[in-house]
Amino acid sequence: MRQPIGRSENWQCGVRTTTPSMPPLTSTGLEVDMSSPLMYGTPSSRVEGTPRSGVGGTPARQRPDLGSIRKAPQVDLHSEPPSADGAVASEQALGQKLVIWGTDVNVGTCKEKFQRFLQRFIDPASNEDENAGLDLNEPLYMQKLEEISVVGEPVLNVNCSHVQSFDADLYRQLISYPQEVIPTFDMAVNELFFERFPDSILEHQIQVRPYNALKTRNMRSLNPEDIDQMITISGMVIRTSQLIPEMQEAFFQCQVCAFFTRVEVDRGRIAEPAVCRNCNTIHSLALIHNRSAFSDKQMIKVQESPDDMPAGQTPHTTIVYAHNDLVDKVQPGDRINITGIYRAVPMRENPRQSNVKSVYKTHIDVIHFRKTDEKRLHGLDEDSDQKLFTEERVQILKELASKPDVYDRLSSALAPSIYEHEDIKKGILLQLFGGTRKDFSQTGRGNFRAEVNILLCGDPGTSKSQLLQYVFNLVPRGQYTSGKGSSAVGLTAYVMKDPETKQLVLQTGALVLSDNGICCIDEFDKMSDSTRSVLHEVMEQQTLSIAKAGIICQLNARTSVLAAANPVESQWNPKKTTIENIQLPHTLLSRFDLIFLMLDPQDEAYDRRLAHHLVALYYQSEEQIEEEFLDMAVLKDYIAYARTYINPRLNEEASQALIEAYVDMRKIGSGRGMVSAYPRQLESLIRLAEAHAKVRFSDKVETIDVEEAKRLHREALKQSATDPRTGFVDISILTTGMSATARKRKEEVARALKKMIQSKGKTPAMKYQQLFDDLRGQSEAAITKDMFEEALRALADEDYLTVTGKTVRLL
Amino acid sequence: MRMWFVCRFCCPAAQSNSNPEWEAKVLEYFKGQLKEKESHSWVPSLNDVPLHYLKPNSLVKFRCLVQDMFDPEFYMGVYETVDPSTKANVLRCGKYKDVTECGVDLNSRNTVTAERQTFYCVPIPGESPWAKEISFLSAARVVPSTSYVPSRQKRSYEEDDDMDTQPQKQREPHTGGGTKWCHRQETEAPSSQTTAPSDCSSHLDLNFPLPGERGPACLVKVYEGLDSFKLNDTLEIYGILSVNPVLTVLGEEKDPSLLLLNPTESMETPEEQRAHDPPASLVPRLHMLYARPLQHNNPLLPSAPTEDQSAFVSSFLVEMASVRAELLAYLTHVLLGDGLAAEYLLLHLISNVYTRRDVLPLGKFTLNLSGCPLNSYTERLYQIVQQLVPCSYRLSMSLHTMNSMRLVPKKDYVANRLVSGALQLARNTSLFLDETQLEQGQLDSSGVRNITALGNLISWQKVDYDFSYHQMEFPCNINVLVTSEGRSLLPSDCQVPLQPQVTPPNMEEYLTTIHMAQFTSQINKFRVYLSLARTLDYSISDEVTKAVEDDFVDMRKDDPQSVTAEDLHRMLVVASITCSSNGWMRAKHIDMLRRSRTEQQKSLNGNEP
Repeated sequence: MRQPIGRSENWQCGVRTTTPSMPPLTSTGLEVDMSSPLMYGTPSSRVEGTPRSGVGGTPARQRPDLGSIRKAPQVDLHSEPPSADGAVASEQALGQKLVIWGTDVNVGTCKEKFQRFLQRFIDPASNEDENAGLDLNEPLYMQKLEEISVVGEPVLNVNCSHVQSFDADLYRQLISYPQEVIPTFDMAVNELFFERFPDSILEHQIQVRPYNALKTRNMRSLNPEDIDQMITISGMVIRTSQLIPEMQEAFFQCQVCAFFTRVEVDRGRIAEPAVCRNCNTIHSLALIHNRSAFSDKQMIKVQESPDDMPAGQTPHTTIVYAHNDLVDKVQPGDRINITGIYRAVPMRENPRQSNVKSVYKTHIDVIHFRKTDEKRLHGLDEDSDQKLFTEERVQILKELASKPDVYDRLSSALAPSIYEHEDIKKGILLQLFGGTRKDFSQTGRGNFRAEVNILLCGDPGTSKSQLLQYVFNLVPRGQYTSGKGSSAVGLTAYVMKDPETKQLVLQTGALVLSDNGICCIDEFDKMSDSTRSVLHEVMEQQTLSIAKAGIICQLNARTSVLAAANPVESQWNPKKTTIENIQLPHTLLSRFDLIFLMLDPQDEAYDRRLAHHLVALYYQSEEQIEEEFLDMAVLKDYIAYARTYINPRLNEEASQALIEAYVDMRKIGSGRGMVSAYPRQLESLIRLAEAHAKVRFSDKVETIDVEEAKRLHREALKQSATDPRTGFVDISILTTGMSATARKRKEEVARALKKMIQSKGKTPAMKYQQLFDDLRGQSEAAITKDMFEEALRALADEDYLTVTGKTVRLL
Repeated sequence: MRMWFVCRFCCPAAQSNSNPEWEAKVLEYFKGQLKEKESHSWVPSLNDVPLHYLKPNSLVKFRCLVQDMFDPEFYMGVYETVDPSTKANVLRCGKYKDVTECGVDLNSRNTVTAERQTFYCVPIPGESPWAKEISFLSAARVVPSTSYVPSRQKRSYEEDDDMDTQPQKQREPHTGGGTKWCHRQETEAPSSQTTAPSDCSSHLDLNFPLPGERGPACLVKVYEGLDSFKLNDTLEIYGILSVNPVLTVLGEEKDPSLLLLNPTESMETPEEQRAHDPPASLVPRLHMLYARPLQHNNPLLPSAPTEDQSAFVSSFLVEMASVRAELLAYLTHVLLGDGLAAEYLLLHLISNVYTRRDVLPLGKFTLNLSGCPLNSYTERLYQIVQQLVPCSYRLSMSLHTMNSMRLVPKKDYVANRLVSGALQLARNTSLFLDETQLEQGQLDSSGVRNITALGNLISWQKVDYDFSYHQMEFPCNINVLVTSEGRSLLPSDCQVPLQPQVTPPNMEEYLTTIHMAQFTSQINKFRVYLSLARTLDYSISDEVTKAVEDDFVDMRKDDPQSVTAEDLHRMLVVASITCSSNGWMRAKHIDMLRRSRTEQQKSLNGNEP
């Protein structure tokens, strides 16, 4: 059994001391460049430093993510201090100040500092989910060590921003020399851990995994200065390779005398011993694979996320290597934050070639993965895509919010190229902000929808699509589909077999992808029935259920739907109700909070303004436009800020106002024997009021919010739920698909028909056409064929008659 | 000769490494030299001169489109080598080079790592044969290397020269000019050009956006101003040609036993290797010194916005009106005597997306010519359009092509490159969609996607590139002309039913006669007009604004159903393209004519929507 000394070799790049000694392996006869400063041993510090005595039987584990020191430094960027400096350092070190070669890291101090950090760091304001269940007023990382002793998972994740706030210098060292500092951290943690929990047994020694290094956020900003430093970048996984067994140590056995020797891999190569040291036979050593040591490794390709990219360029990709237990932690499509060490390796020198390509291959050795979209699967928290706003930006936004006319300003900034339709823009603005998310799942009442759904219908050519396009471009998680081109599968999710891995993969469609965003569906009316039916679940329950190919699951689809529909007859018929015009099932329509008609107003003053607007659009210079309207970026930030930070609640007055509004709405109908409002309408009102409060950056929903919600709701109803026959607003058009008067008339016709048939006496069968003519002759009101057929159907439902082909039989 | 400056410049400077500003100085020097009159034509062009006639490490230029942008790479900006004989350490410069000198000391602390990016560039897709020909003639006077004696081309040279002065007749049929050109290229660089594009893909897919394209593709190494370049930019790149055969050898099959051990080797799939490191003999490397963004690729116009150009413009403006009238007459003949359609076609050809207001592109003018006679009329029409514009492509919308062709570029993650599609076009390319080729039948899913992509292109002037996990929107500026029998199934800004005034018994002959009646100098004037008219600005006075408002209100009063905001949009575009003070009146007038014609058509056909 070899001593668990391997780990210390991993990190010690040598502290200059007066007594150099070799690590055990070098004695196996490897050719080692003794002159290299990398080979300076550190016997004293290592022996004392590694808490081997305390660790007892817990073996150390190699950290291929940090790389063996001996392979470094292949590329040197941060210009190293010339050797003179190193000499100075070592001279100073005669006291207590030994530093690791090439750095300013003193192992002892570093260790001490980190231990102090672990023992003392408290972050009362922490709201990370990793810290759930921990007492925030106690030292955070000591609690985590305790957790390790209980759970037995020897990994300690350390948030770099914590280190920074505790000791900026330590943080700088960690970022600049991760290869040296992290092993020191490991050492410190293990010392501390086994001191505190001497009896615990772990699989291997604890490894420290720092994350959230603030150095780099964006893949595009990586540059040569970042090489060999610790960085954090975000991106999306696009490919993962098979597991690659990477040889760490080769095992050679002599075929003649069975003498064996181990050779460590150096820069990806093994120096095969030519001569057996035992029997001096030449070329007798053979590699024994199953006694060599391998570590797991996986290549992962990460592409920068679309939000980080400048327009008009293609996304960059970076290669990432995951080692040991980080292998297979991520799947293609995951959005992740990666913390790791940025490496550059020169292209391999070809022995046959005298000159080489002057290009380096770069990759990242990953230390820590953090999925950014993980929470979407099981959380309510929206922190995951929390956008960071600078102080000044927040100031600008708050200033804007404090203006009394902010609501009008924002709504006019929305799609400035589209003329007027103020109320529609206001509705869409409220949709962009959304209501407050309420979770009653603990009490068994489930989630309440916070998203506002809007349907636009109207004549073709009234820039509905343009509005949709604008919204799609405005929101970060927007999806745009056309009803004509999308199937149920494209909207929801489908199961696919990956051609490479033969694995079943769930491919998500537009609705799932726009979770927390807006799904814009154009040509809603052209959608097939089966496609539309999936929307029922999404639009009320905000989930999507899938049962396909053995995968049964429910995905979150908390998306707002903004749909546009054209009338069936291509031109809006004002004599018909909304339902008749767009031929959509009322069950679906009732799920829209607001239904707007975009009609041509046909009014001279409007035409003039429109003309003026369009001329200005074409001939105004860029600057003039900018002056008039808010910048799209400001609007974007405003919405993002409000969505993340503002969660308004109803105050007493507002609740009262809402109740009154609802009762009023019910009253209107009850006078005429109709139901004019349903709880769904009340919910819509609440959502709209909350959204309006968000627009004002207010934490309370007040009466003015309710007033605006009422106004907008009424306005939409007035447009879409007016019974063309009576001129009254009739909500039942939207909820049952038929206005109350129409229903009444239908009953009357059926009654008249029945009476007529009864008056004819005992005739078991009648001609269809004959009956129709008779009824028309008898009735004073005009009876259309549709009405006649409806009446027949009603009677058939009563089991009074049946219709077969052209004959009507009594039962 | 000028091309040797590079070699002399780089090496000594690097060796001393005393002056850190030498890089800036090199650039300045070259820019200065290239500014000089005529100096552009000194530099041999990769577009014109076959690769094997160019000297490696010499200065060349390349007129191209950025098809793909690869990941940034780090290279040894400065490195140290050990001279094997003297054992002395020498500092060397790695900039503008692909390979290092022998014996690099990897652990030297004098190594400086620097960053550069590789663009995959292809010749401008759909460049018209005449544009190639003229730029070839004006530039290829230099003899790029002593071994390149263009004796074989002598005959064609003379021919070309003749063409400048003599009527078109000389090189009739005109397409002959194009094929001859291709033929010449083929004989000169047979390695990079196989006869059919399908052959190319099996051998080495050069990833041209359009099928049947020829010419060298190039890996351009970019050192400065990485952010200023965008995908689909058209550039004229001046740089150092590198065709080091070492590159090819390095790209060869690796020893498989080493693959397991060496992490750097296993990073790339064979596909990726092939896409990113193709043999230098087929895809040369070009180390960019300087790139000039091209506003247009019309060789008849000065390309740089210099005083040179403004002088040219003002001199041409004088005869603008007369050229326009002549061109209109020419197009009227081509469109079988239909003057209205000719005017719309002219407007279409000079339209240009000049700005965008939020999502709305302003200035696009997609024309739908309906009622086109069948039997290869559209094909001939395209050939005439091709004669006039510097960049064009005819997409025959048959069921088969719609179902099988790749229109939208797609990211191939295995090879890590953007696989091009026919809609990856340079700005102001004329896309000729021939819907008369479409027959009844079933569109499959890719066909539907293609049609949707065309619809998006027309409505929003953007193409959503497929990045498989997400889509990315690339704005474009493409003039789309749709020819169809009835109204097109694609959206369009303006539909004009063609009303032939003449019915020639033999269409072919008729069009050929018209075509031949034009002198080359005349055609060249048309070409200049079309390119120039597009760039002109136009502003509107207050009176006109008022007039527009009044007119719109009046029109709405008469018939609110038929005049909508969309109509106003169209008329405003037309007015701004007409580019004259009475643009609005003219726009109103021709729109009225067009409208009455569509009405007429409607009542004739009865059931057309």
